Amino acid sequence: MSSGLFYAILGCALFALGLAATLLLREALRRVLAFNVMGSGGFLVFVGLAQRDGVVDPVPQAMVLTGIVVAVAATALALALLRRLEQTDAHEP
Amino acid sequence: MLIAWLIVLPLGWATLAWIAGPRRGAALAFGGVLVQTLLALALAREVAAHGPVAHAVGGWGAPLGIDLRADGLSALLIVLTQVVTLPLVLYTHAWLDAQDRDGAILWPLLGLLLAALHALFLSTDLFNLYVTLELLGLAAVALVASGGERAQLAAALRYLLASLVASGCYLLGVAIVYGVHGTVSLAALSAVLPAQPGTPTLLAGALMLIGLMIKTALFPFHAWLPAAHGSAAAPVSALLSALVVKASFYVILRLRLTVYTSWAEQLDWLPALLGGGAIVYGSWQALRAERLKMLIAYSTVAQLGYLFLLFPLLAVGEVALLAGALQILAHALAKAAMFAAAGIALLATGRDSVAGLASLAGALPLTWFAFGLAGMSLMGLPPSGGFLAKWLLIDAAIMREQWLMIVLVVASGLLAAAYVFRILSRAFRDAEHERAVALRRVPRSMEWVAFALAAASVLVGIEAGAIAELLGAGGVR
Repeated sequence: MSSGLFYAILGCALFALGLAATLLLREALRRVLAFNVMGSGGFLVFVGLAQRDGVVDPVPQAMVLTGIVVAVAATALALALLRRLEQTDAHEP
Repeated sequence: MLIAWLIVLPLGWATLAWIAGPRRGAALAFGGVLVQTLLALALAREVAAHGPVAHAVGGWGAPLGIDLRADGLSALLIVLTQVVTLPLVLYTHAWLDAQDRDGAILWPLLGLLLAALHALFLSTDLFNLYVTLELLGLAAVALVASGGERAQLAAALRYLLASLVASGCYLLGVAIVYGVHGTVSLAALSAVLPAQPGTPTLLAGALMLIGLMIKTALFPFHAWLPAAHGSAAAPVSALLSALVVKASFYVILRLRLTVYTSWAEQLDWLPALLGGGAIVYGSWQALRAERLKMLIAYSTVAQLGYLFLLFPLLAVGEVALLAGALQILAHALAKAAMFAAAGIALLATGRDSVAGLASLAGALPLTWFAFGLAGMSLMGLPPSGGFLAKWLLIDAAIMREQWLMIVLVVASGLLAAAYVFRILSRAFRDAEHERAVALRRVPRSMEWVAFALAAASVLVGIEAGAIAELLGAGGVR
């Protein structure tokens, strides 16, 4: 088994774990974290699968970098919404 | 060059609106969308006359750079985006004014939403589609939350998580496609994919399809939509139901037409089956809904189902595609009109309930005329766009001998009639109590916007010839 395939399988496992947690957990903060695990799994598959015969392909790395930026922005928005929700709940018991 | 401006321009005025504040934000948005409308019409004329238009961003072509391309379908959807947005900008301005709200955040978010929509319609590779889907999702979620009410925040968070799970699935699919074929360009993929691709490519297709179905809120993945579209501010609901859910449907259609061509045929029944489920379930929930905006949101769930009936019929050719395009256009305009009318009713009565509509028709005749016109398009009465879409769908179903589908299309028209009349009968009833209800004054311009959108949805049926010509000239395949 090549190292690339190993990363891809690991990525799939992370993705599945994160997906299950995002869908099954109740607490919103945990779900946001679980989404990040899921996203990282996807990125690992992206970079891992694209490695052929030990040669690194730069294109998926650039794409994953873009994906990470998007994931950070999404996480920030989710956290901001969560905070606002908690503040609203604190003011209106 | 022209098509790059369609992305740069909304980004530009969004930034300016952010700096300039609410007052000038509205003017910037109006000016920006006006110029975009001219650009979109110029693009449509160009595509109709000379075929698809392409542009390599920054002079860097694929695979290193990003290619943009507009064919008949993209040009049509970009024009639709402007036709829906331009009246809604006026509506939003009057709506904010009537409530003494500044809505400063709405204008920049609207610009971001439009830039993402345009970029999505012009994308030519799987990864760029992912990025634009994410941009669109983030802007849409922020728009839902922009009202700041608790229900809106909760709905926005739920929408965001659904949208993130969806794009995660989509991205994993893209990763597998790149790993197997070494490219994400739609054109290159359609050239290298064999007639019978291996298991990984099929798995990737399934992952992307699931992600996109969640984003399009196809039954049974619709759970996030009624809360988000039902609780958002009226002009935001109109934008989301009219345009945002259509964008992810466009991606499914685009993939089916370019990458997943011949071998996907055995799987076409699956989205169609879910679409049928969506029609029945969405209509049923719309009949039971107690809140007006919830009813309209469930109607969106049902109407999105129609779009998925299209897939088994694509083999018929142009007719099926035209039916799909007409359904997208007619539903977008009719649903924007309905949410606009609902926003007016909400503003006038101060509450969002079907029961609270009693006797409103006497006070706001133009609004209810608009609501009735839009309902006509949803039911599929001639000469509306909805009628022609359903007619062509039935036509294609007869050619493919899909009898069950014909029953479904006809039955769902009746279901739509039932929930539209549920609202109309409520609004026209209890005329003797008219004076008992204290109504707030609603700006006349808001009523005219609802009417213009509803009238446009009927016009789609009359102007179908020009639409077919644009689709055909663009060479969608």
